Amino acid sequence: MMKAIQNIGITIFLVGFGIFAALPFLGNFKLDQKNYDELITSQGIKSELFIQDLKNKIVDKDFSGITSLAPIVETAIDNANIVHSKNKEWGKKVYAGSDDLATAIRKKSGYGFIPENKGLMWLLTFGLSILGALMFIVPQVITLGKKGIKNDHIYHQSSTNKGWIAWLVFIFLVSFYLVLYFKSEYAVNWTYLVDPISESLSGNPAGHWFVYGFMYCVVMVIMAIRMYIKYRHNMYQMVRTTSVLFFQIVFAFLIPEIMVRLQLSYSKGYDFKNAFPLDYDFFFNWNLKELISSGGLGLFILVWGILLTVVIVPVMVYFFGKRWYCSWVCGCGGLAETLGDPYRQHSSKSLFSWKVERWLIHGVLLFALVMTGFTLYGFFAETGTVLGIKVQSIMNTYSFLIGAIFAGVIGTGFYPIFGNRVWCRFGCPLAAYLGFVQRFKSRFRITTNGGQCISCGNCSTYCEQGIDVRAYAQKGENIVRSSCVGCGVCSAVCPRGVLKLENGPLEGRINPTDVLLGNDVDLMELVNKK
Amino acid sequence: MEHIVIIGNGVSGVTAARHIRKLSDKKITIISAETDYFFSRTALMYVYMGHMKFEHTQPYENWFWKKNRINLVKGFVEKIKHNTKTLILSNSEEIQYDKLIIATGSKPNKFGWPGQDLNHVQGLYSKQDLDALEANAPNNKVCKRAVIVGGGLIGIEMAEMLRSRNIPVTFLVRESSFWNGVLPDGESQLINEHIIEHHIDLRLETNLVEIIADENGKARAVTTDKGDTIDCDVVGLTAGVSPNINFLKESGIEIGRGVKVNRLLETNIKDIYAIGDCAEQHEAIGNRRPIEAVWYTGRMMGETIAQTICGNPTEYKPGHWFNSAKFLDLEYQTYGWVFSDKGKKEYEQHFHWRHSSEKICVTIAFHKETKKFLGINTFGIRMRHEIFDRWLTENRTIEYVMEHLKDANFDPEFYTQYEKEIVSKFNQEFNTNIVPKKKNWKRIFTKTKANA
Repeated sequence: MMKAIQNIGITIFLVGFGIFAALPFLGNFKLDQKNYDELITSQGIKSELFIQDLKNKIVDKDFSGITSLAPIVETAIDNANIVHSKNKEWGKKVYAGSDDLATAIRKKSGYGFIPENKGLMWLLTFGLSILGALMFIVPQVITLGKKGIKNDHIYHQSSTNKGWIAWLVFIFLVSFYLVLYFKSEYAVNWTYLVDPISESLSGNPAGHWFVYGFMYCVVMVIMAIRMYIKYRHNMYQMVRTTSVLFFQIVFAFLIPEIMVRLQLSYSKGYDFKNAFPLDYDFFFNWNLKELISSGGLGLFILVWGILLTVVIVPVMVYFFGKRWYCSWVCGCGGLAETLGDPYRQHSSKSLFSWKVERWLIHGVLLFALVMTGFTLYGFFAETGTVLGIKVQSIMNTYSFLIGAIFAGVIGTGFYPIFGNRVWCRFGCPLAAYLGFVQRFKSRFRITTNGGQCISCGNCSTYCEQGIDVRAYAQKGENIVRSSCVGCGVCSAVCPRGVLKLENGPLEGRINPTDVLLGNDVDLMELVNKK
Repeated sequence: MEHIVIIGNGVSGVTAARHIRKLSDKKITIISAETDYFFSRTALMYVYMGHMKFEHTQPYENWFWKKNRINLVKGFVEKIKHNTKTLILSNSEEIQYDKLIIATGSKPNKFGWPGQDLNHVQGLYSKQDLDALEANAPNNKVCKRAVIVGGGLIGIEMAEMLRSRNIPVTFLVRESSFWNGVLPDGESQLINEHIIEHHIDLRLETNLVEIIADENGKARAVTTDKGDTIDCDVVGLTAGVSPNINFLKESGIEIGRGVKVNRLLETNIKDIYAIGDCAEQHEAIGNRRPIEAVWYTGRMMGETIAQTICGNPTEYKPGHWFNSAKFLDLEYQTYGWVFSDKGKKEYEQHFHWRHSSEKICVTIAFHKETKKFLGINTFGIRMRHEIFDRWLTENRTIEYVMEHLKDANFDPEFYTQYEKEIVSKFNQEFNTNIVPKKKNWKRIFTKTKANA
């Protein structure tokens, strides 16, 4: 019975998801003269050459969803800019990106079934996917049996054991992020689905980042329900899951949208929980300029942002460990702990990975700090070039390599293969910073319970951060590691009650030479003296 | 360079090797016929259930052994010639040793049941047993029912494993209630209920009479002393384990049920030692059994023997008894001694608290006269080892334990805490007026003198 509901659920989900996945290639686009003129005006384009050229190529012409407009736009930009450069008409050059422009054109020009039936299309995609997913997940209350640790068959199933399902999910996620970051014109049909929601929140039609934000929240809610069922015996997991969900929906999604709706002096939304250097463009000069020029609110955000990074974050880490951010508040962590939970066992526990981790994550932190140094110097010295390097090119490199490829494409796309914390473990500069505090000055530790460990390895297997927890536990040592995000799953899966996340006095927190309980004390003193 | 040879790559042998390496530069060889590398036996069940892959049960990466110059030999030792200090392997290879540590662990008990050596009749102890179970019971089409004989820790683990693949399980338990030779009745009853909730066909006070073969020599049914015949495809024999020492019969090493050792873990033959499950103390230590087939005692003996071998003769002196287990979804921990109703000492009094609806309970043993705290069993509540170890060392009273119970709680954050309920029940029963104190870090971290 339950199995049947689940199977119907999967079918419904696949239909909804299939329609969603097909949308980028469907539909028709035709831009009329009026919309074209509006677009050109709103983009502030002054090149008659370009305007005429592009007009000949696209206006009143029918394009199908599968045709990319970006190459057409790009050719027009290039052709125009060559001439303007030659004639030294700098003011006429077109600086807009071809992908952004193509996306804007599509958004304005879609016609036919999809943009005309937004509500219905939402139901057929999001609606069916949500319904199907819930039909699959909710019966687990019964199918999983009595409450307790439910990891049966994780290594027998294709989806959670890097089988073909996992690879399909991988391909979808990677493609999805590539579209979002680099081919956003293909996301335009998705934006139509959530236009009504976006308009009701911010008053604006949806862009592809709104699609992403909305999906992010939906996926987290659904997968949080799965967490609630799976870990219903474990209050820590229940509370923590609720917390990440709250911060994602309210702070990352709703507040920024509402800020836009209120048309505050600071025109774009701001995620109050997103701390620098994870929020790497906080100190970029366009952001600083906007913050400073938007009066009280802008200044408040500026002060808050600095305070968050310099005071609030480290102080909280001192008292609670970096978990308060990474697995209770952070959006990246939130997705990892919900959507990513089925993949947590894939993080590599080898010593080699740990070495790679330390080089990479601290490398990214250094990169972020150096970049910020350059941008700040450039900002105050009012120059675009520092030490002979264009600040803009450093910012672009970081945005591309770290912001898009590492955090997005790899960080989330690789969930089914490398585990759910690839970004948090190897890349996040904020995690690196919090890690220093956690390792050297924090009350947080995972206490090992005397000599009870039987080296079974559940803790290590399910550590999403790739910490070989067992290596400490079997020696009776507490686990104090900079990378630990305090998700609490090692403690949950331990069959012998060996591990406990707790905040206590600094003294005795790291106990590498302490006795392994149970054995005669004189002997252990000898072992430790060595 | 002195050559230390260890037979067996379980936790005892490997711990010995690691500590000898920490303390010395001796040549170390570990011989095992079971697996190439050390793995955690206790985790085999999780491989079958799909929680882990076999590689996850290996606590050290494969490069660890070479890096630490611990030589691994895969082979089966057939003979020990102690006069020439030579081991003879089953492939006729000979290995010379200067000091020999026998750490060969256990093997499942077989009590001469007719049919006990048929195909699809197996224990659950070794990697080979795991492989056999995977072959014999891959799913409930191939294995339509399994019968498990013997109500101990391995029996219930095997039942849990098979149930994870929806294989119907009949569980024959000799006792009138599960594990009631070890657990007090209230707790044993709790587990009975839990077993039945997990759809396991629990048959108490039932013994195996015979295992019946089909025409291919595979088990097809069992008969019980209740007169039932139960059709099945797999029979699990989990009636305890005994030392795995058959190969020592003609070695001249003194054996009883296990390899006889003194407190220095020496056998009767010079330079030959035995540790772990296969070692049998001449005289039991405290309330412990002469043979302790427990993970951590193996580890402790390994640590001890390393001292002795490296020139610091050290007696095996286990501290206060503790242990833990998991029965399906139920976690169990014990510190100190809480005897079953059958085995209870005449001075021993129990206080038992059980949650009204959840499977959570606590039993505390204390001395009738002196009120000295003797031990605690908990189900569904985790307790802090260090705290109970200290209270036992400090000879605390039951009242003290009740008053400071919150210090001992080791449950994850945000869990419901039951100390108030427990103490109020105690107050009612024993007419006391104890108010539980708030958890106090200072007390938790204060060490007793002996521990400092």
